This record gives sequence, C-alpha cells and structure tokens, in this order.
Amino acid sequence: MDQIFIYTGLLLIILMVLSLYRALFGPTVLDRLIGANAIGSKTVVLLILIGLIYHRVDMFVDIALAYALLNFIAVLAASRYFQKKRGLYDELH
Amino acid sequence: MDIIVIVLLIIGLVFFTGGAVGILRFPDFYSRLHPAGKMDTMGSLFMLIALALFNLHHFTLATLLTSLKLIVIVVFVFLSSPTAIHGIVDAGVRAGLTPWTKGEKRR
Amino acid sequence: MEALEQQEKSLEGSRESGRDRPANRPPSRKRFGPYLVTFLIMFFLWILLSGKFDPFHLTLGVISCAIVSFFSGDLLFDSPRMKGFPRSWWRFLLYSPWLLYQIFLANLHVLFLTFHPKMLDLIDPQIFRFRSKLRGDLALVTFANSITLTPGTITIYVSVDGDFSVHAIDQQSKQGLPGEMEIRIARAFSEG
Repeated sequence: MDQIFIYTGLLLIILMVLSLYRALFGPTVLDRLIGANAIGSKTVVLLILIGLIYHRVDMFVDIALAYALLNFIAVLAASRYFQKKRGLYDELH
Repeated sequence: MDIIVIVLLIIGLVFFTGGAVGILRFPDFYSRLHPAGKMDTMGSLFMLIALALFNLHHFTLATLLTSLKLIVIVVFVFLSSPTAIHGIVDAGVRAGLTPWTKGEKRR
Repeated sequence: MEALEQQEKSLEGSRESGRDRPANRPPSRKRFGPYLVTFLIMFFLWILLSGKFDPFHLTLGVISCAIVSFFSGDLLFDSPRMKGFPRSWWRFLLYSPWLLYQIFLANLHVLFLTFHPKMLDLIDPQIFRFRSKLRGDLALVTFANSITLTPGTITIYVSVDGDFSVHAIDQQSKQGLPGEMEIRIARAFSEG
C-alpha cells in the first residue's frame, strides 16, 4: 500500500508542475492566482499522503487543516488586493 | 477494502488531472476558473474520503478522530472553494476583463 | 449615475430585510438559543481538534467556548431566524445529497469538455442574468454557492433582491438555471 501512496504522490507532484506553468507564465495576475489556488488544493492531499507514508497521520492532518485555511485566506486577500489596486489607478487618471 | 480505496484514489486523480489540463487548455481567464476551482474540489473529496477509509484499518478512537478531521477538511473545502472562486471572479470583473467569445484567439 | 441608483436601491432593500433592529426587540426577553447552538458547535470542534478527554482539557474547552460564544453568539445566527432553525437544517441535510449528485454529473460534463480535442468549437462562454424568487440572505448565499459548485456556471454578482449574474461555459450549462435547484432550495428554507 505504501508503494501506491508514493506513486499517487508523484502523480500529484507532476500535476502541480503543470499548474505551476499557469502560475509562472499566466498572461494576467488573476491567472497566476488560479494556478496558485490549484497548487494549494493539491498540497492538502499531498500532506496527508506524506503523513500516511511516514505513519504519522495524526500530526499531518492538523498541518493539512491549517494549510487549507491558509490557502483560502491567501486567495481571498490577494484577489481583494488586486481589485483595490485597479481602483487606485482609476483615481489617478 | 483496499480495492475501494484504490478505486477512489484513481477517480480523484482523474478529476485532478482534468483540473490541471483544463487550466492549461481553456482559452481565457473566466473559463479557466471552471476546471480550476471545482474539479479540484471534487478531486479532494474523493481522495480525502479514500484516505479516511484507509486510516480506519485499525479501528481505535485516535484513528476515528483523525478520519473525522479529514471529513472536516472536506466540508471546509466545499464551503471555502466557491467563496475563493467568487473572490477571483469579482476581481476580474472589476478589473474590466471581457470574456472570450467564439472565434477569438486564445489568450 | 445608474450604478449609484442601484446601490441606493440595494441599500434600501437591505434596510428592509434587516428585521431585527435592537429597538424593535422587547428588551426584557433574553434569547439563549443562538448562544447555546454556537457553544455546542464550538465545543464539538474543540473535542475533535484536541483529541484529549481528561478533565483538565475538557474544562479549558468549556471555559473558552463559553467566553467566545458569549461575545460572538449573535454573529452566527440572527435571532428571528432561529425559529425554523432545526427544521431548515434538517431539510438542508436532505438537500445536500442531491446537490452532490448534480455536482458529480456536471463535473463529468466539464471533464468531457476538457479532454475533447476540438474544445474551442464546443464551448461558448457568456454572461447572462436572471431574477430569482428567493428572498432570505441564507437562501441566496446557498443558491449562489450551489451555482458556483456546479461546474459550467459561476456566480459573478448577487444583489440583495435576487438579481444574479452568471458566467456559463456552454449552452447546456446555461439551460439548467434557475430550474430545479431554485425550487429545492426554496423548499429547504421553507420559502416555497
């Protein structure tokens, strides 16, 4: 069963690299934000897989919960920030 | 039991793959949000339920608590993901991005 | 100018829907329902997250949950809405399996679109508007989140009186709205 978890984790990492393309070369800032959000939601699953591989899942599940919270807050804060910055430019012109 | 876990893991991986490929293939910002936010939600639902089932192999109070925490993560993802998507869409609308229509070049 | 008027209208709407002014409420009656429900939810989460059952940790949990629910018990639930609370909660639990099934079907549709080789000819993104019959805040939020969770449609804007702007990815996703989902949510929050 450990083998299966390791291969699942490797596949998840490949998918994260695919999403990283959008996060690095996205044409707008919001495209990058989508890429970051997708990477974060895969990281939550990957953390629990790591916990199952090392047989310490009771510790890693708390980290995964905190990471899910943090991902949500980060995306919300970043989207609010870029919205405000645009308004600032409008006032200057 | 293991077979159920493996099947659920594979279904979740298929949804995650769809999300990642969709982010790369769809033509503009609004349509990229469709696979990004929601198929990831569905993928985490299947994978986390599979891991919670696997965690219940040795049934004690500690593993039951851990599995319940995994279910709490699923509920939280289902509540927070639409809100995050809505935040991104709102930022896009206020920044004045127009949606892609048929026949244009992909952006 | 038009936007300003609309804003004013929505402000008025929110003023009308805010039924529980402190002035209207009889000051002698104290309501313990919201505090009790908040306390129970938070204590359940405390037990789940700490995982320790000795008296010391349980006492700490009771004290801190009581303090937090004393300060913020009226944030989670409005008092008038507490009347139908257990029943609408139960109906919402009955509604969620149907929602999960719909999410699954729609996910398969977007998965098909994603891997289709001629995807650019199939999709037809557009923004459309419709007016919903739902009135309550909680029902509107649930409806907006359900629309967003069903792939193919994303809620862009909801006003207080129920005007929805929705981004749909193709014609098939557009036709499903508002449709059955609205009827089921109206039934769940007893606004039918």
